[in-house]
Amino acid sequence: MAESNLTGRVVGIDLGTTNSLVAYMQGDAPMVIPGVDGSNLVPSVVALDPVSAEGGRPTVTVGNTARKALIETPERVIYSVKRLMGRGLDEIQSELRLFPFRLADDIEAGEVPRIRLGELKFTPPEISAYILRQLKRNAERFFGAPVTQAVITVPAYFNDAQRQATKDAGRMAGLEVLRLVNEPTAAALAYGLDRAKVGTIAVYDLGGGTFDISILKLRDGIFEVQSTNGDTHLGGDDIDNLLLAIALDEIHAEHGVDLRGHPGAVQALRKAAIDAKISLSSDDVARFDIELPNGDRYQREIPRAVFEVLIEPVLERTAGPCKQALADAGITPEQIDEVVLVGGSTRIPAVRQLVDDLFHLTARGKKPHIDLNPDEVVALGAAVQADILAGASKTTEEMLLLDVTPLSLGIEALGGAVARIIQRNSTIPASATEHFTTGVDGQTNVAIHVVQGERELAADCRSLARFDLRGIPPMSAGLPRIEVKFLIDADGILKVTAREQRSGQAAKIEVKPTYGLTDEQVESMILDSFDHAEEDFAKRLLIEARNEADTILAAVDRAPQSPAWAQLTSVEQVAISAASSRLEAIKAGEDAKAIRDATLALDQATRRFAELMMDAAVSSAITGKTMGAADEDLGEAVTAPHPMAAAEFK
Amino acid sequence: MLNVLDSAVPVACWSCSVAHNDSTLFCPHCSKIQPAAAGDYFRVFGLERGFQIDLAALEREFHGLSRKVHPDRFARSSETERELSLADTALLNDAYRTLKDPLHRTEYLLKLEGAQIGEEFAGKDSLEARKGQKDPSRVPADLLEEVFELNMQLEEMRMARKMGEEDPQLQADLQQAQKKFEGLLAAVDKDLRAQWQVWDAGDTSVRQAAQKTMVDLIDRRRYLSNLLRDVTETLGA
Repeated sequence: MAESNLTGRVVGIDLGTTNSLVAYMQGDAPMVIPGVDGSNLVPSVVALDPVSAEGGRPTVTVGNTARKALIETPERVIYSVKRLMGRGLDEIQSELRLFPFRLADDIEAGEVPRIRLGELKFTPPEISAYILRQLKRNAERFFGAPVTQAVITVPAYFNDAQRQATKDAGRMAGLEVLRLVNEPTAAALAYGLDRAKVGTIAVYDLGGGTFDISILKLRDGIFEVQSTNGDTHLGGDDIDNLLLAIALDEIHAEHGVDLRGHPGAVQALRKAAIDAKISLSSDDVARFDIELPNGDRYQREIPRAVFEVLIEPVLERTAGPCKQALADAGITPEQIDEVVLVGGSTRIPAVRQLVDDLFHLTARGKKPHIDLNPDEVVALGAAVQADILAGASKTTEEMLLLDVTPLSLGIEALGGAVARIIQRNSTIPASATEHFTTGVDGQTNVAIHVVQGERELAADCRSLARFDLRGIPPMSAGLPRIEVKFLIDADGILKVTAREQRSGQAAKIEVKPTYGLTDEQVESMILDSFDHAEEDFAKRLLIEARNEADTILAAVDRAPQSPAWAQLTSVEQVAISAASSRLEAIKAGEDAKAIRDATLALDQATRRFAELMMDAAVSSAITGKTMGAADEDLGEAVTAPHPMAAAEFK
Repeated sequence: MLNVLDSAVPVACWSCSVAHNDSTLFCPHCSKIQPAAAGDYFRVFGLERGFQIDLAALEREFHGLSRKVHPDRFARSSETERELSLADTALLNDAYRTLKDPLHRTEYLLKLEGAQIGEEFAGKDSLEARKGQKDPSRVPADLLEEVFELNMQLEEMRMARKMGEEDPQLQADLQQAQKKFEGLLAAVDKDLRAQWQVWDAGDTSVRQAAQKTMVDLIDRRRYLSNLLRDVTETLGA
């Protein structure tokens, strides 16, 4: 892509471990774009439908639909794939023990691991691409126009390979990723829109699978990250796993049933564990009451005090990174003006207490910021950054984000030690130039091993890539002078260029990433063909418009059976019938916009009818029905966003 | 804004070919972003070489330049502009990172002025590391006795820790030593700042002498801070 699109909307995407969201800037405020089901959160779950579509490949579903398949056909569903992004086979062994990832059995050393989903195999970026494609479609449905550019958020502590894998996923989904933004920084942007212009803030982000802490200095619209730290494998999932392990052990010990071999039952139990965890954020005690396959019941109470002791080691793991981030920023907890809490796990009271202790908040009469929904704030911030990148917006024209690289970049030196060339917490883009020479007469290539991490030995750091500098003119040992420029770009991804200075020849660099897909592989994994992008888009809009029309038409068909129907005037009844027949007629045509307009007209015509039905439901609640039953009449009860549906046991 | 220095030379704009001053980041004719001029980190900020810097002004200038050249301002521009913005911003960030830190700034300017500074890392396989390498473990002559004693205490402490023993006396002695060496470090910093002033105000011969003093101070400082790191680690373990 030589030239970028100059027009079109840029959306902000939070590609989360548990849930994903897409948001955009509506006027001067960011807003989350809901899916067809009206929900802002798209669960990061991907399932392969059992029925094959005409194309030969089975259909892939994403989100709530996919999540429902988790208990029925767990072998065709994958979740928490973010834990596998950009990681090698040797690095994911610990994940495999805790998560039901099924690896393909033909993975060769150095290859990107592939996960089995039913009869097919996918790399983690491909799975993420399906989630991104769903978000892209939600946005396109919302705007009624194609969306091709996005900002995607990543944990601040993601390394080079994890970032590259996320970018690859965007490309596979048909999105030009204009920028990867760190999640805590995005949250700061969302909060910074209407906040104090000067100050130092800490963002504590404990999500489903990752933990980040970032310290930023705000000054006249410039958000300058001072330091960041974290753990890419620490989050709510770890708490779920603790509860799950206890339940599994107790069921085994008390009832003689080992559920570990039953993926469906483990999933059901995991849901119960998550429900228990969530309820303990507001209740003093949570109850497990589960019917086991042998008809026994597993009943257990978990008091909050017990829960807090249980999760203390997990929470304590966030303290070290916080202290390190403060030290790296060269400040004390007292110098933090504000603390922002991000991620669903920060709803846990014990987490809030820990944050309070770490930053001496109560002692200073301060409270952490929780006004923005912790599940949405990262996506909202991504939308702000998208607006900054799109340019020409009054709201964000004064804003600029200066982020840092979370990990030091080094090269392996003689003896396996690491020579650090770019320190962690350097503002990005950042660069370093190093000079290399040959050790043997006539030597024409030099190998450079680049690593990321803070340890002294290269073997203890994360291998990033091996560069082979080739085509060095043959000279006496030590005479060539090869200048290698390492540059970390604004996405936190490394780029390398090299030049032999004595001969002026540009040395050819062959890069072998230690983990990750090649350009060609990514190209071959692109989900949709772009040749017919416009045509496909029109088709999809039409299908969606028809589906929406069908939904409302079915509701209108049932209307005369409702007591509320009789309360309508005959004029109103005729108007509804007319709008309904008109929509039926237009639906058969090919004009998506006309179908939408007719759907809207029918929706308008039925408005009073809908109100009458609501009134009936409310009055029945007042006249003795329980609130719970009234809630059911009204549809979804209003609840806090919930990463998992209520536990269902059969 | 970027100041125009005397050394500025005319160059042709890559986009419109109209000539402009090489330290201008945007072509005055077509407004397109330009490659940063060759030169040192001081020039990035339009500053003369010097050890003393107004940090508040430096930050303001850094923020102002960032607003203009940062890749976020060019996300939807042509590939050439995006690459120039990336290169210009990397240079700006590298320059700011180096100049805002007193020690980095001092070492950087000493190197620019031709001084040989011992590399922190001994085993690096690069030309720069091979030349002018000094032994970082060399003890400053006036501290020989104290360092010897401190090393003994550190060793004892580590042994005691290993055996799971507490030695309050040793702990107190080490804390005493820690304080003392922190004082020595602060003295070095004070001496360095004094030399900054001398260099910034002096002529060539004065500068030569100041440079030599600063190189020695930097070596001493490096030795002291490594030692202090050991003490802190041992006490904190």
